[in-house]
Amino acid sequence: MSNWRPSAEIKTLRERAAFFASIREFFSARDVLEVDTPCLSYDSITDVNIDPLTTSWQKTKSKNKYPLYLQTSPEFYMKRLLAAGSEDIFYLGKCFRNEPASRQHQPEFTMLEWYRCDFDMQDLVDEVKQLIEHLLSMTVEQITYQQAFIKYLQFDPLSLSDTDISTLSDKYDLNVYLSNLSVHSSLPSMLNARKDALLDVLFSRFIEGPLSENKAVIITHYPASQASLAQLSEDQKTAERFELYINNVEIANGFTELTDPAVQRTRFVQDNKIRSLLGKPKREIDENFISALEAGLPACSGVAIGVDRLFMLNQGLSSIRQTMPFGF
Amino acid sequence: MANFSTNEFKAGLKVMLDGEPCSILENEYVKPGKGQAFNRVRIRKLISNKVLEKTFRSGDSVEGADVMDTDLAYLYNDGEFWHFMDNDTFEQIAADEKAVGENAKWLVENDVCTLTLWNGSPISVTPPNFVELEITETDPGLKGDTAGTGGKPATLSTGAVVRVPLFVQQGEVVRVDTRSGEYVSRAQK
Repeated sequence: MSNWRPSAEIKTLRERAAFFASIREFFSARDVLEVDTPCLSYDSITDVNIDPLTTSWQKTKSKNKYPLYLQTSPEFYMKRLLAAGSEDIFYLGKCFRNEPASRQHQPEFTMLEWYRCDFDMQDLVDEVKQLIEHLLSMTVEQITYQQAFIKYLQFDPLSLSDTDISTLSDKYDLNVYLSNLSVHSSLPSMLNARKDALLDVLFSRFIEGPLSENKAVIITHYPASQASLAQLSEDQKTAERFELYINNVEIANGFTELTDPAVQRTRFVQDNKIRSLLGKPKREIDENFISALEAGLPACSGVAIGVDRLFMLNQGLSSIRQTMPFGF
Repeated sequence: MANFSTNEFKAGLKVMLDGEPCSILENEYVKPGKGQAFNRVRIRKLISNKVLEKTFRSGDSVEGADVMDTDLAYLYNDGEFWHFMDNDTFEQIAADEKAVGENAKWLVENDVCTLTLWNGSPISVTPPNFVELEITETDPGLKGDTAGTGGKPATLSTGAVVRVPLFVQQGEVVRVDTRSGEYVSRAQK
């Protein structure tokens, strides 16, 4: 049977439009410029755990088709704008990820991403708190990743030995889950991948619930091995990275941006090494992005927010599908 | 039996884990923005009846379990086995003590129970939500006490003990909720 009806109620869509207008008002009041970077790109990201949707483009009359990626985040385009002197910018638009739909996931979703020049992580954390206050009238608490683990699981996630990891894996029955990351465990980067996967599961199972039940919490200073595109903190053990959780839902991920092109390239190469060990296709490094860093990315912090999820919480809906006109 | 991938997990699906058939209660796909995807799955082990949470890597698959529920009428207990019959085909199945367990005390002749079969053999017996049983023993209530406060224990014909109001007497038939083991009312004549 055909199911032509929208997955959201019409009145929800009216609220959605007002929600978007409210976001734009927030940034307009702060002189942050809206940019609509492309959804299509020649390159994608090397991140081991993010899979893009791909398509191909008949660029010329010849038989050759160019593979194109749908953007998983506007980050690289936005940083190219920043390097070109755009100053503070935000993006409110679509992103795409090749993963199953669930209560909290859609292959096509709306991302709010913004960058603030000369902001450090805490400045941006404070601005995220203001936005949440503005949109949801909620105050946001703050805790470090390390404090959260010590509080709820009584161990320090920043000083885990290999033996500790194995012990925890046994204790929480995660050996099967971690098996793909244990094969090449002699490699330091794989050891980190295994540790990070373990921490993710424990965080999801035992921490995010009690930590964010009916409230909003920002977790700061993730382990350096989960730095992604963030700068490391002075102690080199943690990254200037934070996440926002509201009522069990991961809402935002932000950091003080890494501006060093050499370090960035090393992380990309490392990603590809892990990719090949896991039997995942290697991804070309986006040289335009690296060149932009070489030209000079101004000191800045940036954050990405899953807007559909935020709106879902705002409306008290149970699934992200109900927030958008036609969910998959 | 077919294998099921985590993408196919849903409430009610029966799978094999650690050599035991299990029923999936809840399945949640979790994808940390920067981490490896996984599924948080709550399952009930069908033999031990334990509920636990398991973590699966998304995309992994597990073997399905040949488990089905069937409604059968209770016939009798021969001292070792409890015998049930399909009212349509008259086919009979015997369940052992392990399968019947605590629920033996709620089995009333001719009541239709749900038997869970694994590879054709019963692993659990679920009685109807409400059963009617005769009180074989209880203290006489105090005269004039109609509502009472705490009630009193009463032994039923199957050996089950439930708390009943003080006015209910030996020899009466009462209606009991088998899920909570609580008295509901006197049976309608």
